[in-house]
Amino acid sequence: MKDFIIPWDDTDFGTPAKSGAPVSLIVDGIEVTVPEGTSVMHAAAEAGIQVPKLCATDSLEAFGSCRLCVVEVEGRRGTPASCTMPVAEGMVVHTQSERVRRIRKGVMELYLSDHPSDPASCIAGRDCELHDMAAVVGLREVRYGPGDNHFQPERDGRDNPRHLPRDESNPYFTFDPAKCIVCSRCVRACDDIQGTYALTIEGRGFDSVVSAGAAGDDFLTSDCVSCGACVQACPTDALIENRVIELGVPVREVITTCAYCGVGCSFKAELNGDQLVRMVPHKGGKANRGHSCVKGRFAWGYANHRERILNPMIRDRVDEPWREVSWDEALGFAADRLERIRKEHGNKALGVITSSRCTNEETYLVQKLARAVFENNNTDTCARVCHSPTGYGLGQTFGTSAGTQDFDSVEHSDVIIVMGANPTDAHPVFASRMKKRLREGAKLIVIDPRRIDLVKSPNVRAEHHLALRPGTNVAVVTALAHVIVTEGLADEDFIRERCDWDEYLAYAEFVRDPRHSPEAIEDLTGVPAAELRAAARTFAKGGNGAIYYGLGVTEHSQGSTTVMGIANLAMLTGNIGREGVGVNPLRGQNNVQGSCDMGSFPHELPGYRHVKNPEVRGIFERLWGVEIDPEPGLRINNMLDAAVDGTFRGLYVQGEDILQSDPDTQHVAAGLAAMDCVIVHDLFLNETANYAHVFLPGSTFLEKDGTFTNAERRINMVRKVMAPRNGYADWEVTQLLANALGANWTYTHPSEIMDEVAATTPSFAGVSFDLIDRLGSVQWPCNEEHPEGTPTMHVDGFMRGKGRFMITEYLATDEKTGPRFPLLLTTGRILSQYNVGAQTRRTDNMVWHDQDVLEIHPHDAENRGIRQGDLVRLASRSGETTLRAEITDRVSPGVVYTTFHHPDTQANVVTTDFSDWATNCPEYKVTAVQVAPTNGPSEWQEDYSAHAARSRRIAPAAE
Amino acid sequence: MSPDKMIHMANQIAAFFNTQPGGDGAEKVAAHLSDFWEERMRRQLFAHVDAGGDRLDPLVLAAVAHLRQPAGQTPDA
Repeated sequence: MKDFIIPWDDTDFGTPAKSGAPVSLIVDGIEVTVPEGTSVMHAAAEAGIQVPKLCATDSLEAFGSCRLCVVEVEGRRGTPASCTMPVAEGMVVHTQSERVRRIRKGVMELYLSDHPSDPASCIAGRDCELHDMAAVVGLREVRYGPGDNHFQPERDGRDNPRHLPRDESNPYFTFDPAKCIVCSRCVRACDDIQGTYALTIEGRGFDSVVSAGAAGDDFLTSDCVSCGACVQACPTDALIENRVIELGVPVREVITTCAYCGVGCSFKAELNGDQLVRMVPHKGGKANRGHSCVKGRFAWGYANHRERILNPMIRDRVDEPWREVSWDEALGFAADRLERIRKEHGNKALGVITSSRCTNEETYLVQKLARAVFENNNTDTCARVCHSPTGYGLGQTFGTSAGTQDFDSVEHSDVIIVMGANPTDAHPVFASRMKKRLREGAKLIVIDPRRIDLVKSPNVRAEHHLALRPGTNVAVVTALAHVIVTEGLADEDFIRERCDWDEYLAYAEFVRDPRHSPEAIEDLTGVPAAELRAAARTFAKGGNGAIYYGLGVTEHSQGSTTVMGIANLAMLTGNIGREGVGVNPLRGQNNVQGSCDMGSFPHELPGYRHVKNPEVRGIFERLWGVEIDPEPGLRINNMLDAAVDGTFRGLYVQGEDILQSDPDTQHVAAGLAAMDCVIVHDLFLNETANYAHVFLPGSTFLEKDGTFTNAERRINMVRKVMAPRNGYADWEVTQLLANALGANWTYTHPSEIMDEVAATTPSFAGVSFDLIDRLGSVQWPCNEEHPEGTPTMHVDGFMRGKGRFMITEYLATDEKTGPRFPLLLTTGRILSQYNVGAQTRRTDNMVWHDQDVLEIHPHDAENRGIRQGDLVRLASRSGETTLRAEITDRVSPGVVYTTFHHPDTQANVVTTDFSDWATNCPEYKVTAVQVAPTNGPSEWQEDYSAHAARSRRIAPAAE
Repeated sequence: MSPDKMIHMANQIAAFFNTQPGGDGAEKVAAHLSDFWEERMRRQLFAHVDAGGDRLDPLVLAAVAHLRQPAGQTPDA
């Protein structure tokens, strides 16, 4: 049994660490050496001396407002604030002189004179820094009576105009101005850490109050994104989580990893007993550095949602109600059906879908189930529908699909391209880190059909926004290369040294062709040529250039080609192999990187090694005692095609909702309906479960041990915070299913599964749970050469040897607009919801986004007689749905946009089954559509909702 | 899968390799198909070529000559 509680250093040094030449000083007789630029307060903390403080915390730059941290310095007059005073060589500091002690007591007395004195009113209790500091400075009484103040609702029998009511508008936290000491930590956290600038201090002097948004706003109506940074920064209980108000201050902590997006933030799960009180971002987390977003910080209540299914269920036919049964019965039923299919239709009629939300260890077991028990390679994962083109494109050019950097790298970037990604919504914590760098002066180029928030937000402006027409990525990327090559901006020294020179010459000749010039493609892409030229120059000449991209790049017919084009741009400008540069795919789900690493793809064994290689198969054959099929298996969409053809009949889906998330819903439904045995292993009766015969209840990330690998290739530990409510962690369920099929697996802890990965996969050779516990996290490759992992890839040379330039010819997608479908639909995500919404729709995040809406340009809306909020019909060649219109010039004329978080809208009824040429990654981002006002839901929506209700019936338990 | 979809997918692969230098497009298309197309899909492609290869890109037709015939049995429908 492992100890749940991992020790870590939570010291607050008061001001951030600096880097610089060493400076030595003496604090209270202790000599300490710190980097130049460090504050006296930080230096004192390094020497083990905590100077009292209220407005300072080491996640924020010093502010110098509370005057509690005053010190005396020999040879200097007065009592400077230690937080704002930088160290100097030979300085002699006294933090506890009679004079400063008297000042501090006086300051504290004044603070407390305007603060409720009743101890029961302090919710934060031991978490309250104000009360801590009163104790530290030795304040025993407050001499001032309650005069003019902010905390008494009434004074002298009348309403106290200074007393402001609590702001309870946010579902997750409360702001009580009566408890506020106006230290500005919340305002600075919102500005400097989150970068939203939603908070401000209104008024001056004694009138000062913290205010969200403009006059008349509360937290909910302001720009606040509910990241929680202000709550975390607040030294009192003026800003505090509602869970703490309800349940009290937690006393136990477990460090774990968020299960939402690919940023992979580290959190402290704070509990009382086994009751989770709150999730607080962990300062030691290397992906998030102590920051969080509304999803990871607050939206985990789904674990206890009443719709969570906790017992296994089966049914003979999908039109019957579910029957709750024992685990034994459910597994026996599933095994019988799978065996019958295997007997009647052969082993290739079976397959699995691994989950990008489950742990590496769980994913590894699911693909092992296909390979070792079903004896085929019919395994795929949702990366198919998001980043499979990254795997192919970067594999061809660099030799590995790995993103090249860690997130810290952005702190060294000078020019950043964000292409087909919307980090402030989909990767919010990384976006905050990027925005910080942008505020420091880095330049930003956004390539996106839509005006995402990064294009223009407080203190961030994109230098260039190339608002291209959906489907023309390759043309734009090739034109950028055209400008760089024809204007002599290519880094030829880098190319000669690191890339194949002959391939470069062929590539240069290709891009030089005038048909790739910005002028030649302007009509096609809609991007003004001058703007594109300027962007290319900015990128090529601006210093460290980094490219971040998302699904707006991959989810196209030419997804893989665009990825290659991006890799070309990075090589062309020498932006590979050091900090601040690189090609960075922003991965969607928490463990999409890991699920790919673990061999979820039908052509690759763990570690991205093709199944055709006998020596790789041999490794697993010796260990598993089975013969591995040398033929690639079916990809998700191919499985569904084969199901419709009748040759694929049994599927085990762990933690993925293919009916909602995959394109062309009606085709997915037809495929699922044609199967004899669909096993859904999930938390909820998701949309796919409407077509399932067996439901195996899943466990949440709070209920199991394991690892997730984020977009930086960082393997982070997931630690069990509470026992699984459904009885088993997901890896145990897969093992039970395998054993019901005669596999005889005997894993007793996920660490043993990781040991097996390490033993079979060279890039994971050095990885173990012990190593991760020791280092906090590790980025693969982790092996003898890189015993502590690899933050930056391709430092001394490309994985494949020489970097390879690829020809990237633009080819139009076959999804074309015409008279019937004149608009282009593109899809994306919103901050408060996550993917198909199975988790976030079951939390209070619904207050921010309770339905999917269709963004449409005023021009297109007016032509169609559509007004703001109207119900509209969205139709394509594949299907139609209805949703409300949001009229906005964020989208260009001719382009409409929606999210896919809600099953009753189901944007994927509309998307087509066109896909990337190399990987079959669906073309979600381009669908020709028509939009028109309508009165009610589409026929499909009505049928679907009736069918879903019918499919979700659970028979009452027999008496 | 529908013949239209299979033809579309095969032609998309050919379209990419038609743009690549080296004159070995047929081999590359064949390699891509062997690496990523499950045998049912390849078998469907062979059957379509045997039936005349209607609407297939000439590069796909050329690739088929380099393509391994899938071994093993097809699952029964």
